[in-house]
Amino acid sequence: MTLPAPGIDEIRSKAAPFPKRHFLSVTDLDPLQVTGLLDLADLFVGINRQRAKKIDLLKGRTLVNLFFEASTRTQSSFELAGKRLGADVVNMSPRSSSISKGETLIDTAVTLNAMQPDILIVRHPASGAASLLSQKVDCSVVNAGDGQHEHPSQAMLDALSLRRAFGRIGGLTVAICGDVLHSRVARSNIALLTMLGANVRVVGPPTLIPTDASRWGVSVWHDLKAGIAGADVVMMLRLQVERMQGALVPSMREYFRLWGLDREKLALAAPGVKVMHPGPMNRGVEIDSDVADDLAVSLIQDQVEMGVAMRMAILASLAARLDNR
Amino acid sequence: MNAPRAPGLIVFQNARLVDPAAGYDGPGALLVAEGLIARVSHGGDLSDLPADVRVIDARGALLCPGLIDLRVKTGEPGSEPKETLKSAARAAAAGGVTSIVVQPDTDPVVDDPAVVDFILRRARDIELVHVYPAGAATKACAGQGMAEIGLMREAGCVYITDADRPIVDSRVMRRLLAYAGGLGVLVAHRPADPWLAAGAVATESEFSGRMGLAAEPVAAETIMLERDIALVALTGARLLVDQISAAAPLESLARAKAKGLPILATASINHLTFNELDIGDYRTFWKLTPPLRGEDDRQALIEAVASGLVDIVVSAHAPAPPEEKRLPFDEAAPGAVGLETLLPALLTLHHEGRIPLLRLIETVTLAPANAIGLAAGRLTVGAPADLILADLDTPRLIDAAQLISKSKNSAFDGRRLQGQVLMTLVDGRVVHEERQEA
Repeated sequence: MTLPAPGIDEIRSKAAPFPKRHFLSVTDLDPLQVTGLLDLADLFVGINRQRAKKIDLLKGRTLVNLFFEASTRTQSSFELAGKRLGADVVNMSPRSSSISKGETLIDTAVTLNAMQPDILIVRHPASGAASLLSQKVDCSVVNAGDGQHEHPSQAMLDALSLRRAFGRIGGLTVAICGDVLHSRVARSNIALLTMLGANVRVVGPPTLIPTDASRWGVSVWHDLKAGIAGADVVMMLRLQVERMQGALVPSMREYFRLWGLDREKLALAAPGVKVMHPGPMNRGVEIDSDVADDLAVSLIQDQVEMGVAMRMAILASLAARLDNR
Repeated sequence: MNAPRAPGLIVFQNARLVDPAAGYDGPGALLVAEGLIARVSHGGDLSDLPADVRVIDARGALLCPGLIDLRVKTGEPGSEPKETLKSAARAAAAGGVTSIVVQPDTDPVVDDPAVVDFILRRARDIELVHVYPAGAATKACAGQGMAEIGLMREAGCVYITDADRPIVDSRVMRRLLAYAGGLGVLVAHRPADPWLAAGAVATESEFSGRMGLAAEPVAAETIMLERDIALVALTGARLLVDQISAAAPLESLARAKAKGLPILATASINHLTFNELDIGDYRTFWKLTPPLRGEDDRQALIEAVASGLVDIVVSAHAPAPPEEKRLPFDEAAPGAVGLETLLPALLTLHHEGRIPLLRLIETVTLAPANAIGLAAGRLTVGAPADLILADLDTPRLIDAAQLISKSKNSAFDGRRLQGQVLMTLVDGRVVHEERQEA
């Protein structure tokens, strides 16, 4: 099942040890380290497109997917990434009742730690949960989404998709549109893309843009048409339907009219514009199917493919650090 | 405790006397007899002393009234693993706090004279520091029906409050102020608009936004304070604003005080010491109610304490055991213990030259004493001998594990402070004494 020797040697040589034991935030990385990881992920894209996809870089390692929040895309992406690298992967989805959530987190961490996993991939509805957990275990922790804080592997795979589409990230104008307030994807992307030299705009109704977001090194726009005018990339965020409660936005139809992406609005963006979405999409709420499914402009399928390769690169790099111990 | 049971004769010679009531900060001496302050000298040592007096050479150390802390939580009754009245009293004695006012949001809630009685009886048995209960303003602190304010006052409660829970219904608040005001009972209220503050665990800012934490704007405090001020104007009743925390509500407070409204305000030592960035990587010991604000707010608060706009400083002692703190930030209990660190933390503002010592001591002695009508809090002949002797300069590295409080959730853990209580007297009894160095 293993690849011919040159492939794996090249991967081993490029899999630089991860700079930290855990991957909790994109701010754990500097631009050079990001570039190294993107280069490594590019190799994995090649491997993933072959018939024989499996290599034994993580042979003997145990990965645990610990998801306190439902996820299909991210969880299966990490699972595939681990398996293609030859690791044993266990999926756990503890029930998180609203009262005993925290108890479950620490108790589960201590229990899992005793089973000697090598890498723990965790998603939890509370901001900072991955960081808290990383203080209680001996293995590496990867943040697969903590509350409204960060989703660093998503930002990395978005960067990989962008670099493959445009050949660069620095200098691109990226409009991140929609529910920025509740989005960990937006926070990770803003931190990563600004670090890599992109011009980032955040676009959405004032009720869905965090206070003082203009101090995050981005420009803030409340008019979608103005916000995406001349943009190279339009990244749409998922609008949770629950947001209709609590007077954040009045209705889905008004939201789509003002902040949903359709052909007409997209025409204002730069020629060659690419559209992204972290999924799952609310078609007809934040994005028109017509745009989402147009492979000439949509990177949404690429994002999913890049997700597996990017996560393989992250896991390989973390494992390289473990190997050095 | 090996403290003498019978009120003894003690004289402090060669001390630095700080007495806000007399406006005095200078050398002096003080004689304690029969639990009271018997003689005070501004200047030299006292002479013509009784024969069996214990003479203490203060060597220039600070001698001032014992601290009076208007906002202390224990876990008794109901959550004794957090903190008992006894462990809180021991922590208080060690911290130089001779009077504590305990909050009513216990289990059961202190909304009944029998519970007031219970706490006072426990305090008498413990026989360390004075413990005064604050009564609930509304039954079960639920914000609706009025608690038995008059009966609780007769039983010995010193003010009424619903503690951390804002009294949302303006009509209830109006009636509370009117009724309690008529009885001469002080009402304390922490201003927070419940809807703007709903679910919030941090102050709204660029930082909390980046951390992905649910946050309340400072306006939540300002709006509720403005309501309370309007109701004070309507009823003429006295109000104690509990833990004002930001610059904007301080402006409201200043306007209200300028109009002569009978409003007092407290600030917690935590909000005078820390700002929102101390949350750092989701450190739950810094999760407080109200949330830590920005540095501009902290600076404004220090100025307000210096100027007297904020009258009183409290420890906001709120014990929480590990199982309530070792949680994701959203889910962790708010609050920090503070009885043992109140004095040295306060002295930071003296050492940094921000607030004169006399004023600082006033905020934790005379001002709270006057707010709730205690005879303590001053070095006046005939006043209770609730005193502390403290070294202003002793450097200390705060180690939460070494605290006397049953819960170790100190926001000052690992912090370097200056100042050490050498001796604490309550009604002339020595309730805490540091071992004297050679």
